[in-house]
Amino acid sequence: MNFAVLQFPASNCDQDAIHALRDVLGHPARYVWHKETSLGDADAVIVPGGFSYGDYLRCGAIARFSPVMQAVKQFADNGGLVLGICNGFQVLTEAGLLPGALVRNRDLQFHCEHIFLKTATPDSPFTNKIPEGKWLKIPIAHGEGCYFADEETLAELKANNRILWQYCSATGELTEGANPNGSLLNIAGICNERRNVAGLMPHPERACERLLASDDGRWIFESMIATLQNRTVAKAA
Amino acid sequence: MTEPAITPELVAKHNLTPDEYKKILELLGREPSYTELGIFSVMWSEHCSYKNTRPLLKTFPTKSKKILVGAGEENAGIIDIGDGLAIAFKIESHNHPSAVEPFQGAATGVGGIVRDIFTMGARPICSVNSLRFGPITNGEGRAGCPQPAERRGADTAPYQELTAQQIANNKRLFAGVVAGIAHYGNCFGIPTIAGEVYFDKSYEGNPLVNAFCLGVLRHEQIARGAAKGIGNPVFYVGPPTGRDGLAGASFASQDLTEESAEQQRGAVQVGDPFMEKLVCEACLELLATGAVAGIQDMGAAGLTCSTCETAARAGTGIEIELDKVPQRAPNMTSYDLMLSESQERMLIIVHKGREEEVKRIFDKWDLPWSEIGFVTDTGRMVVKQHGNVVADIPAKKIADESPVYQREAREPVYLKEVRAFRLDEIPQSPDPGRDLLTLLAWPTIASKNWVYRQYDHMVRDGSAICPGSDAAVLRIKSDSLPDLVGRDSVEPKFSEDRAREDSRPTIPEKLIALTVDGNGAYVYLDPYEGGKIVVTEAARNLACSGAVPLGVTDNLNYGNPFKPELFWQLKESVRGLADACQAFNTPVTGGNCSLYNQSPAGPIDPTPTVAMVGLIEKPEHITTQWFKDEGDAVVLLGEPVDANDPLLGLGGSAWLQAVHGKKTGTPPRCDLEPARTLHTTLLGLIQSGLIKSAHDCSEGGLAVCLAESCISQLVARGTPRLIGAAIDLSLVGRESARAQKSEGEQKSGLDGVPPHRIDALLFGETQSRVVITCNPLDAVKVVERAKLLGVPAVQIGRVGGDQLSIKTAAGELSVPAAELHDRWWNAIARAMV
Repeated sequence: MNFAVLQFPASNCDQDAIHALRDVLGHPARYVWHKETSLGDADAVIVPGGFSYGDYLRCGAIARFSPVMQAVKQFADNGGLVLGICNGFQVLTEAGLLPGALVRNRDLQFHCEHIFLKTATPDSPFTNKIPEGKWLKIPIAHGEGCYFADEETLAELKANNRILWQYCSATGELTEGANPNGSLLNIAGICNERRNVAGLMPHPERACERLLASDDGRWIFESMIATLQNRTVAKAA
Repeated sequence: MTEPAITPELVAKHNLTPDEYKKILELLGREPSYTELGIFSVMWSEHCSYKNTRPLLKTFPTKSKKILVGAGEENAGIIDIGDGLAIAFKIESHNHPSAVEPFQGAATGVGGIVRDIFTMGARPICSVNSLRFGPITNGEGRAGCPQPAERRGADTAPYQELTAQQIANNKRLFAGVVAGIAHYGNCFGIPTIAGEVYFDKSYEGNPLVNAFCLGVLRHEQIARGAAKGIGNPVFYVGPPTGRDGLAGASFASQDLTEESAEQQRGAVQVGDPFMEKLVCEACLELLATGAVAGIQDMGAAGLTCSTCETAARAGTGIEIELDKVPQRAPNMTSYDLMLSESQERMLIIVHKGREEEVKRIFDKWDLPWSEIGFVTDTGRMVVKQHGNVVADIPAKKIADESPVYQREAREPVYLKEVRAFRLDEIPQSPDPGRDLLTLLAWPTIASKNWVYRQYDHMVRDGSAICPGSDAAVLRIKSDSLPDLVGRDSVEPKFSEDRAREDSRPTIPEKLIALTVDGNGAYVYLDPYEGGKIVVTEAARNLACSGAVPLGVTDNLNYGNPFKPELFWQLKESVRGLADACQAFNTPVTGGNCSLYNQSPAGPIDPTPTVAMVGLIEKPEHITTQWFKDEGDAVVLLGEPVDANDPLLGLGGSAWLQAVHGKKTGTPPRCDLEPARTLHTTLLGLIQSGLIKSAHDCSEGGLAVCLAESCISQLVARGTPRLIGAAIDLSLVGRESARAQKSEGEQKSGLDGVPPHRIDALLFGETQSRVVITCNPLDAVKVVERAKLLGVPAVQIGRVGGDQLSIKTAAGELSVPAAELHDRWWNAIARAMV
């Protein structure tokens, strides 16, 4: 499966995404520069973590206007899989591809630490391979990861199973203490209505090898790969 | 615009002595212009010229077969790590700016050192820092100590409560510095993977911020800061030059006073990590093209230093036109432009004829650039503005022939009092369990999670061991290296891309371990032994993590070199550092001197910080400090107590400081030969696969070491892994005490031998000790093998349960691991509320 990893000038997890997808999982992956207007023959897009254009204004606020994001919107409209990680999640909400917003962490500090994630539903291209009852241990690294949305949006997300991941304790409870940033409903990641665009604050690309304390992040990429493979099979049939 | 006339007052204001001014007149053969005077003042500041420390720095060992670029040659030293790969690393201080404006001061400290690394052609892959602040709590952590003569007030100042305002100010500086480091490093995308923080009264108002960066590259990718090739064009790249950071280098080279801090706020630069990221990526891409003849960052002394030094290194001259320099403010004078320390700027000398490639890459990254001059054969640095020559100085002379001083050194009087200190004054600890909790919550010992949690320490997918163990461990993989060819943005085609990626040379993965250490209290109380301890502890931390040390970079933070007692501290501790570096075969690859560190209350404790880098041969050798499995045997390597030390390891100890409010007594002795034997033996045991955990005894002694081994493993947020241990030191303490009381006497019953003081046994900081664990079935083998190699070794207990209990002949303690953890983990967060 061909993964396109967007490269904004201050993306800094782009290389990690390429490493996880290509060197660890063995799938072709390449950078797509922010000034490009086409995604070529990509099967899926990763909007990686980092600080896009410095993010002095508001995370992802400028990135949404970049040429490559217009191509990503088109790609998503056509049903392509798009996963935004950390800053990528922020960019997708700014671009209107995902609802809600990511605001300053509750304690106003940057948090870099491993957290546990509960997968709220297996029903998505990003979660279908995650074993039931498996809490994913994945690091976060963000200063603005507090998920916020109005009541209506939250109700809609809940009603349609669009909350994909929530911060949980080591035993799977959605506690206040397990929530690192104050996100509403402990939300760590969501998807769009069509379920082909998702964003999450934690970094699965940093958790794909045992050497790096956890390889739970692979389940998310494996889910995407399985979905794409099924699509290819369906197309061929 | 007319420049001010040169008067003795103006010369003095530039921190140049009358003798130095005389030398300038000789060098130029005429009176300098105002701009030239400014240039000399920064180039001959301590920060740039090391004029007061150079004779001492020459005593450091700097050579080894693995050194590819040595100390002082370039912006950073480079060491071979095998397979055609190399690492570039260096530490640098940003103390004075951080005292004045903690957030930007610390942020630009990170930015400056990161630039030094990519200037060498290396991709920066991790950063580390060493920080010192005044106390952030009152009560615990009090330390009164004998004072150097220069310190205000009586020779022995009894401990005084800090005012609420002092505490608040210390907290402000601490929080600001941490946030500044986080801001810059996180945005740039470099993991801040290790560090240390001490809190002590001597750093009040003069915090220390030492930032370290390490990069990786292939041998053939080493770039040089030399202006080679007569006629080659000189490019400026990066943001426009403003008036920020005017003459920061000379600001850093004078005593910090309240007045100077207020006046010098404008000398602090403002950092832009986004710009740094662009400049770094563009420079690495540019270097891959081969179009670059020389490259140098504009750090301290900005345009001045980068032009003089590149010309001096190449033995050429350089001519620049200031009208072509991008400028942020209107009407900037030549003086402003030459002395500005605006951040994230680079000077690049390009092979003539390849200018277009360079411009294309800068434009790709949307970077401001300008061709500002060219390389000449005159050996002079010529600066023009509005058609006039505003500076014309022999480049080599100003860069290499700065004055050098042998300062007067005199042993400080306070040391007499330090040496006279005896333990008889101190009652034996009535409640060692309480003392242990006090120590664990003492901010200098307490967990630094409040700090490193704010740093992205995992970006770049290489952090094998994150902050929280004796040393951090980082993996170097193929994509850690700078690209060999520039990456083009072309229409994406995965088929082509794959072919190109497949032809990419892969490298064997490498594991490096890093630590930074520096106990200023030891150095204050005994500069020579203290200096040795700094290096030895760093080497011991690396050994505990399974690494063989490669080299060090050091940051010398001291007081005013014109004060003989303070210069003596510097001189003696450098002798200690040099001896220890020699012993561990760790050459110094470069570093930084920061003198004139003092607050209105007096000079700081002399604080050399040493960052040491080592190589771990195989992933299975990576060793962490926390206990692993129930039932594992706990073994102590090294002498339980140095029986020849009259203070039994308690001199200068954290226990004396935290529990008794005394920073005094001769610190433990540091014998280098046994230390080296310990490290090689430990490494051998680790490499043979017998060791499950290893943690060295440092501040707080054996009890703190054991406690940390029980509580320091973190699984995830809010999820520590706690495990207890049952330790029995009753025999160990008596045997060691007998050795002291009746040396040479044959083994007889232990009855009648008074045991060591329990506080010495538990909290003494006798050097060269490590607590290791192994499978109980291997315990005898481990102990015997260590002894055979000449390292004292004894099994002292078992891992297990939920309590840490320690039995000694003089008493015992037992504390739940959860309580130890709570005190240790939350102490700093509680102080910072």
